[in-house]
Amino acid sequence: MKAGYVRRFSRIERLLHWVNAAGFFFLLGTGLILYLPRLSMLVSRRQLIQSIHFWGGVGWLGALAAVIVLGGRRLLATARELDSFDRDDLRWLRGGKAPQGRFNAGQKINAVLTAAFTILFGVSGLLLWFGEQDTRYRFASTVILHDGLMYVSLALLVGHLYLALIHPATRHALRGMALGDVSSEWAARHHAKWKPE
Amino acid sequence: MDTPRAPGEQEPGEAGRPRRYGRRLFIATVAGGLSSLYWGKAAWSPLSHALSGVEAAVPLVPTGGWRIYTISGHMPAFDPATWRLKIGGLVEQPVSLGYDELRALPRVDQVSTFHCVTGWTVQNVHWGGVRMQDVLDRARPLASGHALRFVSMEVPYVDYLTMPQASLHDVMLAYEMDGRPLRREHGAPVRLVIPEMYGYKNVKWLQAIDVVPRAVNGYWENLGYDRDAWVGRSNGYSS
Repeated sequence: MKAGYVRRFSRIERLLHWVNAAGFFFLLGTGLILYLPRLSMLVSRRQLIQSIHFWGGVGWLGALAAVIVLGGRRLLATARELDSFDRDDLRWLRGGKAPQGRFNAGQKINAVLTAAFTILFGVSGLLLWFGEQDTRYRFASTVILHDGLMYVSLALLVGHLYLALIHPATRHALRGMALGDVSSEWAARHHAKWKPE
Repeated sequence: MDTPRAPGEQEPGEAGRPRRYGRRLFIATVAGGLSSLYWGKAAWSPLSHALSGVEAAVPLVPTGGWRIYTISGHMPAFDPATWRLKIGGLVEQPVSLGYDELRALPRVDQVSTFHCVTGWTVQNVHWGGVRMQDVLDRARPLASGHALRFVSMEVPYVDYLTMPQASLHDVMLAYEMDGRPLRREHGAPVRLVIPEMYGYKNVKWLQAIDVVPRAVNGYWENLGYDRDAWVGRSNGYSS
């Protein structure tokens, strides 16, 4: 590690993040072709795209599961961090100035929602797929859930990308997710309660 | 000196003992999402209705709710010079109509709601076209014909209606949608509209209507969907 830098994200955490990101973008792209009339017209091979989207989703969930198994206890410790909110976190969420740990409260919420959405995307996607073949799996609202998740995830993603790529105060965090380390001066400013090893 | 602790875990101090809010949010989100399988559609339809104006301003955002389903690799293209709608089979007088001839038949307008079997709905679609009956009358079906076969230009898409189904008051052949000629992705130049049944019976890109002895399975029925596709009363739904 460079002098003046501290390790923020482990390899397994970064792997989980990027596997999730790659899968999400792939599914967003293929899903929008199925969803937006204009794109459906450009690429009119609906059944092929539908298969690619479905098997891409299965591959995404499988890859995430593999990374989680590989990460084992290390990722469990990360999950515990994301799970716990103290009074400073609650103050921070209400817009107050409060020192934050390795993850700030907003990052915790984003991670928790992303995990929950992954489960819901998976369940609703499987129901859509099997519902086409068997009425027992068919619910009138499955497609609304799947599409609604897409809209909410897209909104989260836009905010996430803004903070990671554009906003001057926070975009240094991208380095942490790409290379693992961040400057200790930045860490002290944004994550005062975090004590890097 | 700190006491040993798991990496990243926060020490209980001024900020109090950390609360396990993360898992509660996770469980609540998953539970809320799964329960929406039962209430999602009821909650969404007033919202989508309110948003329907947005689509006009931002065409890429499909708040209108249409999704474009095709079964083949190529979406049929309408050529006014060569396209004809042929009405044949068990009829006294086979008929072949060009686009202008079809449009010259008595015009009807209706506003009806379109339901897809996969769960999405488009409310208040304004259709313009001709009544099924007006077209059939020109060909004069024989008494032995008890059903109609609708043949799409998108091969091998076909579907069937019984004569009583095809004679419902609001069944039509639509060449206009929402005040404009039917667009390619919606089945140009003309599609079947039967609002009482799910979308897969509303055959797009029509090229022929044949009078046949009885209704058999069409494209989606061969894949397990119901032949009598009544909205809310078929395909595993009951309302």
